[in-house]
Amino acid sequence: MTRLAGGLIDRSQTLNFTFDGQRYHGHAGDTLASALLANGVRLMGRSFKYHRPRGVLSAGSEEPNALVELRTGARREPNTRATTVELFDGLEARSQNRWPSLGFDALAVNDLLSPFFTAGFYYKTFMWPKAFWEKLYEPVIRRAAGLGRLSMQADPDVYDKGFLHCDLLVIGGGAAGLAAALTAARSGARVILADEDFRLGGRLLSETRTLDGAQASDWISALEAEFESLPNIRVMRRTTVFGVYDHGIYGAVESVSDHLPEVSGRVRQTLWRITAKRAVLAAGATERPIAFADNDRPGIMLAGAMRAYANRWAACPSETVAVFTNNDDGHHTARDLAAKGVQIAAVIDARPEAKARGDYRLIAGGMVTGSRGRLGLKSIEVQANGRSESIECGALGVSGGWNPNVHLFSHHRGRPVWNEPLQAFLPGEDGPVGLIPAGAAAGHFSTADALRSGARAAQRAMDELGIAASLPDLPRAEEADYTVAPVFHVPGKKRAWVDFQNDVTVKDIKLAHAENMRPVEHLKRYTTLGMATDQGKTSNVTGLAVMAELTGRSIPKIGTTIFRPPYTPVTLSVLGGGDTGRHFRPRRLTPTHHWAEAQGAVFVEVGQWMRAQYFPRPGETHWRHSVDREARAVRGAVGLCDVTTLGKIDVQGADAGEFLNRLYCNMMATLKVGRVRYGLMLREDGFAYDDGTCARLAEDHCVVTTTTANAGLVYRNMEFARQCLWPELDVQLISTTDAWAQIAVAGPKSRALLARIVDRFDLSNEAFPFMACTELTVCDGLRARLFRISFSGELAYEIAVPARYGHALIERLMELGADLGATPYGTEALGVLRIEKGHAAGPELNGQATALMVGLGSMVSQKKDSVGAVMSRREGLAGDRRRLVGLRPVDPAGNVVSGSHLFAEGAPRKFDTDQGWTTSACYSPHVGSMIGLGFLENGDERLGEVIVAANPLEGESSRLRVVPAHFVDPEGARLRE
Amino acid sequence: MLITHPLLGLRDAQEFTYLGDARLIDRPAPSAPDAEAAFCDYVFLRDNPAGVHRELWYHEHGDRSWLVVTRDTVTHEVLGAELARNVALARTRCSK
Amino acid sequence: MKFSGFRVFAEALKGHTGWRPLWRNPDPKPSYDYLIVGGGGHGLATAYYLAKTFGRSRIAVLEKGWLGSGNVGRNTTIIRSNYLLAGNEPFYEFSMKLWEGLEQELNFNAMVSQRGIINLFHTDAQRDAFRRRGNAMMLAGAGARLLGREELRAMVPFLNYDNARFPIKGGLMQARAGTARHDGVAWGYARGADSHGVDLIQNCEVTGFRLDRGKVRGVETSRGYIAADKVGVAVAGSSSRVMAMAGMRLPIESHVLQAFVTEGLKPTIPGVITFGAGHFYISQSDKGGLVFGGDIDGYNSYAQRGNLPVVEDVVEGGMALMPMIGRARLLRMWGGVVDMSMDGSPIIDRTQIEGLYLNGGWCYGGFKATPASGYAFAHLLATGASHETARAYRIERFARGHVVDERGAGAQPNLH
Repeated sequence: MTRLAGGLIDRSQTLNFTFDGQRYHGHAGDTLASALLANGVRLMGRSFKYHRPRGVLSAGSEEPNALVELRTGARREPNTRATTVELFDGLEARSQNRWPSLGFDALAVNDLLSPFFTAGFYYKTFMWPKAFWEKLYEPVIRRAAGLGRLSMQADPDVYDKGFLHCDLLVIGGGAAGLAAALTAARSGARVILADEDFRLGGRLLSETRTLDGAQASDWISALEAEFESLPNIRVMRRTTVFGVYDHGIYGAVESVSDHLPEVSGRVRQTLWRITAKRAVLAAGATERPIAFADNDRPGIMLAGAMRAYANRWAACPSETVAVFTNNDDGHHTARDLAAKGVQIAAVIDARPEAKARGDYRLIAGGMVTGSRGRLGLKSIEVQANGRSESIECGALGVSGGWNPNVHLFSHHRGRPVWNEPLQAFLPGEDGPVGLIPAGAAAGHFSTADALRSGARAAQRAMDELGIAASLPDLPRAEEADYTVAPVFHVPGKKRAWVDFQNDVTVKDIKLAHAENMRPVEHLKRYTTLGMATDQGKTSNVTGLAVMAELTGRSIPKIGTTIFRPPYTPVTLSVLGGGDTGRHFRPRRLTPTHHWAEAQGAVFVEVGQWMRAQYFPRPGETHWRHSVDREARAVRGAVGLCDVTTLGKIDVQGADAGEFLNRLYCNMMATLKVGRVRYGLMLREDGFAYDDGTCARLAEDHCVVTTTTANAGLVYRNMEFARQCLWPELDVQLISTTDAWAQIAVAGPKSRALLARIVDRFDLSNEAFPFMACTELTVCDGLRARLFRISFSGELAYEIAVPARYGHALIERLMELGADLGATPYGTEALGVLRIEKGHAAGPELNGQATALMVGLGSMVSQKKDSVGAVMSRREGLAGDRRRLVGLRPVDPAGNVVSGSHLFAEGAPRKFDTDQGWTTSACYSPHVGSMIGLGFLENGDERLGEVIVAANPLEGESSRLRVVPAHFVDPEGARLRE
Repeated sequence: MLITHPLLGLRDAQEFTYLGDARLIDRPAPSAPDAEAAFCDYVFLRDNPAGVHRELWYHEHGDRSWLVVTRDTVTHEVLGAELARNVALARTRCSK
Repeated sequence: MKFSGFRVFAEALKGHTGWRPLWRNPDPKPSYDYLIVGGGGHGLATAYYLAKTFGRSRIAVLEKGWLGSGNVGRNTTIIRSNYLLAGNEPFYEFSMKLWEGLEQELNFNAMVSQRGIINLFHTDAQRDAFRRRGNAMMLAGAGARLLGREELRAMVPFLNYDNARFPIKGGLMQARAGTARHDGVAWGYARGADSHGVDLIQNCEVTGFRLDRGKVRGVETSRGYIAADKVGVAVAGSSSRVMAMAGMRLPIESHVLQAFVTEGLKPTIPGVITFGAGHFYISQSDKGGLVFGGDIDGYNSYAQRGNLPVVEDVVEGGMALMPMIGRARLLRMWGGVVDMSMDGSPIIDRTQIEGLYLNGGWCYGGFKATPASGYAFAHLLATGASHETARAYRIERFARGHVVDERGAGAQPNLH
């Protein structure tokens, strides 16, 4: 078939493309489907289950059959609807789900086996022998299933996200949507008009009906020009509003460069989150087929689509076509095609009273009962008035009536309402707040009705927003009635398709009925009706109607399924493509990051932070070499570690002490100015959740530190306590984590090093003892805070300076400390030092431990209330006998593996005999062997006992001796030196 | 979702962190004889209504105020929002 | 009627005229010995085991809508027994064993497919926590493997190993985990229960309990009053609503959990993969759709639908983990209402009202528990005692301080 005359394609631009390697050409304005039809290609795909040859069914996004793999390489895009692909020069498409070729598909054998492959057959078989499911049946099923193929390569394209705000969002740019947009735009309101097509006009583009006596495209062009001139309307073509979310938020995808041959360098698609005060749903309607025997052959398509191909794209699948309809709309197709010179073999109208609307053969009261043609339609069987005849035709347009596109209206679980005269579901009363249906989506099927309802919907929206909007002069348009007969399928013995892609036939629905899978959701799930990539746009109502007929109940009694977002499938890349790879989450860098980088540090992810893990030196071939050296440097000389990532919270106000007293389980109100105290926080349920230090810089000023992991949570909880629990206290909070760079200076020579930078400050043990704190200046006037606290068990300090000086400070300390052996250390050595000292950290304070378990039970003050104090006394917490212990291998060369479970020697390895687990382990250069920490049942009473740490996961087990949970300086003398 | 912040107007719910039932403001008296039972109720039990729910939202990525938002858990309609601090202060005054 | 390949073959030859209803549609009787409120997976499994295993009779299941209309019909179909705590792991392993024999037990192919699950870890600390968990699984006989990065790469080469914000260091694998066809599970139990005489009553909403001196006498329903000796409530998602009718407040909040499926694709992902650094998990259905999900939306909701930010967050996680899924298209997203409990673990227990029992609080993980939950609840209803694997699920654990908190998140449901 060659091109018809007319149409909205630009014949001056010829575009070359290939389908399954075959070269074709089309024109600008074509879709892939229209271009293929114009080239005489009817066979475009294969169905999911039976691999039946299929042609295009529709001319829009509801297409279930003509799915192709578009583009090549990493840009391969499976399951792309040929009907929505805008043709571009050099387009490459391939058919999918067939082997070896579209014309000859070996899996079409499934079609011969279809008597066995009925709805839900797989629930009844493949159970014997038991082991065969995973080994044989399922792999075969999985290979046969699926549609297109992913490229298995990362998507190379770029995606964007954006936010838009408007008074009125108009969804759909057909007659109703255009009228709505015009009405609102002229009122001065901020309007967004979005349409999935690349041209405005919707169904108007596919009709020959006139507006004010002229072609509809003239009116559309005038409107486009007006919109162009108005600053308050944004017209978004190629934009699909796919979902309605709470409070007037709509999700939309704009296809920015999918229609261009070369995507590179441009954004491919943009995800828009549109916040609209009101919206008009003018999404139109979708035609539905009538199910009859073998109604799925290439060449059989929706009558409205056939008309659209002829009128808009000047394409027709055959020189001789027939139409099968149960409503007036089918006659428009016959009339328009005849006018284009296509031969109309017959119009079969199921309604006995039907009248011809043109010069063609009408078979009133007729039914199509079958078809012939393996890879394309050759003829149809027609039965009328007790006679049957065969009519030759290469294409058949079928119209079973129109379903308003109510999808978005039910995204908030609103139920559509059945309309008997229209034989269709219309939007009900319970749609999303602020969404007003109009046009065909609201059941206004004539052009004049659609225009009027669109304008009125916009006026109503403007009225609700207090914006004066008058109805524009709308063009004169067709007011034709629409009558439809309730004919959904033609009775017969052969298979009649309802869901084309998933191969659900009337027989399958009958089977579901016989097996009592009658509620609509059972029908859908049992037969897979409506679960294909078109989400049942062309099949759901027909399926319901067949079930209604079988049960003798009305369609509304059967119910309807709820449409879920998205309206049409959305590319994953555009939903999540903005922040992937290294940009998946923000990366927080410490003030000394660049310095550490220059030292060759290896970094590790700690939540959002990047922290130096260790600082390898030349000659160190294993990370352990570096870590051992760093740990020894701290114990023997002085080490420097950036601890900025610990949360820092400034607490100020007259009640600061009392406030912190209520947050920490231990006494904090008595903390004297110039002193620091370790503090443990409980959740209100009594479990320990965070620890840190509290430094009192002034009577009304404390600085609290938290763990890195809980910095946000502790601050949130403190604000909760301040605002919601004790609003009467005079206390103010601010997080200063990012404001101060904090560096731990640890080791016997730390005092000597710090003495070189402080400005006239006495660091002696007498003047500034363990757990002292102060504000001071360093390096000739730089504001700083100094805390004498120790995580390593050595004489140690933490010094804080404004964050922007962090880099300079560490450089200065390294420079001044060179002769003292100053050594930067990372998180690994930090971990070794704290395990050697027996300090609980993340693996111990994991949210499941009590203060008692970590050996801090005595810290929970009984003299005062604090968050979690009451609940920590519950029997289950108070009676928990697991205690934190130190663990050393009996064999000094033996291993300690964290995550091992602990057992008494000789005990069986079962849950009942499980006595705890190792929480942390490391090699201790100080001890000279592996060491660990762990929670052990009655651990505090078992010091010296040998137990077994079992790691069956990795097939190992070792004998460990229970020791106190500090391996270095148990008396704590060093940190007080 | 959008939340009507009493000071800042309509804000995207993404700026907030959710906690739950606004009764979490009403922390029981720790020294009462039945304190443990009262705390169990306070910490663990919820009305969890299908319908109007007063709940705590924290403007974590904003002004750091805790709000008591009244919202319908079936429709997600937001019926109002107030500063939790004001709610807490009013309660304290009532109990005095 | 026994299902088999032979039966399908024989029926095909005679035009499928011999199939009978999978279950009857009985009208409710005036009284039963046992009423199960909720015709979802757990309720149907309870009724099945009560009748079949514990030999009880005069049982009815009351379902507000259609059978399987709750979370059994809207989850991401994952089954696994890879828990950490002693209160959980034996129970889920018991469930896994029941899954492994389910088809033969029910004579219904619920497509239990043990294609494995891999939980990825990204830090040493995560690896250590997974080692502890993997060892707990070994103790329970569930089986586990700790995969190193290269071993993992050989198994699932398509993950983002080279350009990740959180590098993939390995994974904890349970080979026996996998997926099952969720609706098939509900239907298999429904058919099995029906065949053992259980009345499955659809479109029958419980509107109240009739209580008398601390004992339950029966339930008011949209189809009239039904008397019963024992009433078991298994309505996760709506537990608070239903139990409020008996005057109870629960340690539960209802939250919305979204789930997603793409268009059908040729086989891409072998088993289940969960991302340890983002909120994302994924598998591929036998039909070819990529089925995935992430975190709950985070606010109390009964709306059965979520919001866009979570959609974006979940898909970002997916794209960060496996960039090759980018050109697949999201076909459908939906939300289910889940019972988020205060410690992230369920409740299977009697209540202070004699004869009234509760099964709920399943958070986002009830599907995998379906067989064991039904079995344990039936055990409780039939014998009055907790099943040995479900003893940790007593409601008193909250008051006594014996919570089963896998995540250590405390009494804040949206953190579990």
